[in-house]
Amino acid sequence: MTTVLPSRPAGTAPGHAAALPLSFRGLQRSFGAGATAHTVLRDVTFDVAAGEVLAILGPSGCGKSTLLRAAAGLDSPSAGSVVIEDTAVQGIDARCAFAFQEPRLLPWHTLQANIAIGLPAGCSAKEGKAKVARLLELVGLENFAKHRPREVSGGMAQRASLARALARNPGVLLLDEPFGALDALTRIRMQDLLLDVHRVEPATVLLVTHDVDEALQLADRIIVLGNDGGGPGATIVRTVEVPGSRPRDRASAELAHLRGSLLQTLGVDAH
Amino acid sequence: MSSQGDSSATGSSVADGRAAAAPATAADAAQPGAGTAPAPAPGWSPAGVRSRNWARLPLGLIIPAALLAAWQLASSGGLFTVVQLPPPAMVLSAAGELLERGELGTHIAISTQRVLIGFLVGAALGLILGATVGLSKLADALLAPTIGALRAVPSLAWVPLLILWMKIGEDSKVTLIIIGAFFPVFTTVSLALRHVDRNLVEAARAFGLKGVRLLTTVQLPAVVPAVFSGLRLALAQAWLFLVAAELIASSMGLGFLLIDSQNNGRTDRLLLAIVMLAVIGKITDALLGLAEKWAVKRWA
Repeated sequence: MTTVLPSRPAGTAPGHAAALPLSFRGLQRSFGAGATAHTVLRDVTFDVAAGEVLAILGPSGCGKSTLLRAAAGLDSPSAGSVVIEDTAVQGIDARCAFAFQEPRLLPWHTLQANIAIGLPAGCSAKEGKAKVARLLELVGLENFAKHRPREVSGGMAQRASLARALARNPGVLLLDEPFGALDALTRIRMQDLLLDVHRVEPATVLLVTHDVDEALQLADRIIVLGNDGGGPGATIVRTVEVPGSRPRDRASAELAHLRGSLLQTLGVDAH
Repeated sequence: MSSQGDSSATGSSVADGRAAAAPATAADAAQPGAGTAPAPAPGWSPAGVRSRNWARLPLGLIIPAALLAAWQLASSGGLFTVVQLPPPAMVLSAAGELLERGELGTHIAISTQRVLIGFLVGAALGLILGATVGLSKLADALLAPTIGALRAVPSLAWVPLLILWMKIGEDSKVTLIIIGAFFPVFTTVSLALRHVDRNLVEAARAFGLKGVRLLTTVQLPAVVPAVFSGLRLALAQAWLFLVAAELIASSMGLGFLLIDSQNNGRTDRLLLAIVMLAVIGKITDALLGLAEKWAVKRWA
């Protein structure tokens, strides 16, 4: 990835929303009712500091995505709440931006127009245009502004999806396995890009992933969801502060040790 | 022969165009910083399609030409009497005669006008009601059974009622055509809207789109191809209902020409009316097909 970043100190971009703290308070989510009801999340409580990168790990089907969707207001919890800064999330929240596992770009729009979908309401046409141009450059797509999603690779579409999320000036950036469907090399490039982006646009980042290495590489802190045996559904079974500052050495021995222990928590042998 | 020459000339210039375009695409793909190369357009180019269409036209004319020859043989060989099947030349001269008297132009113009007005109004109503029923569960529960029952009524069943209410004039005919054009559009649009990619809609909602903006940004563009297949069905229905309306009560139009020729024993004019319906129907469908091609390329 040879993306050239604007050499501007972090957080000084004009019209830029500051990163926001958020907290999950006693979040519970059950689907269905009566005998067929099943609980996915139970009593999930944690805080995320403004500007922090938090990775959420867990086996598939444990409710990681449900947790993110609750923060975005795409899903409402059965009990508990998500509080961003001082107000609880109710309905689609303008302070959050979401990047999905699939790019989910509108196939009939150019990448440029797709990114513009993310612009916050009340953004003037001129401001919006400048912002989209800057984001295209940030994610290295300036030469593909007029391409349609099907004319670019999966990695490029995923970068456009990230740029669309950033266009919203989010206080909280929600990433739901954003690199999960990419090939291994593209995934590493995208992880580096995300770190670059986070330096320039320092939002609070919640990253759902099933990739332990990705979590270790990107996050300040990792929480692991799973069943602790205290009832149905998943809750937080482990919290890990990741040592060192980013960018981290992918070959570090300390991280390798942590990786083994996290895999064990997830019920996989590290060998 | 000359069209053959044209088409091969087009073919070679297309090949040149492709060869020239190829290095440019490769240069794009070799962008540093582009994570992976963009997917190449899968063997598709507008020029390529056009050159194939050139080859299609003569192929499509083979069967009409054969039919014409068979017609000529059948009528001149004494297989049918002149009253049963007049030869093509007689139909042609009937056309010339009617054209000279200005009658053919009037018949065609009034029929086309009825179809267009009926089609436009019917399609617009189908689009609006189809969108309402497709997007709102409440509207679906409220309207779908009634509309379904109305759709089950055979078209001709409306005729006596329409004539009773609107008299034998333009209104009753155009209304019948509106009914005919409405249902194909309504059905395709309401069904297609229910199957718009949920992921796309959710993503758009996550970015604050709702209501009319969500409809115009995501839902309507997503159903454009379906809308056009509905429109083409509706246009065919409009012509069908036109003839039904004109056969029953009219003093002008191609349907009137049919029934009038039958009453006067003018089989040549009768055949002329059928040929005109085939030709004009095909032309309007082809025009809509062109619009469809453009729209599908733009929106899909």
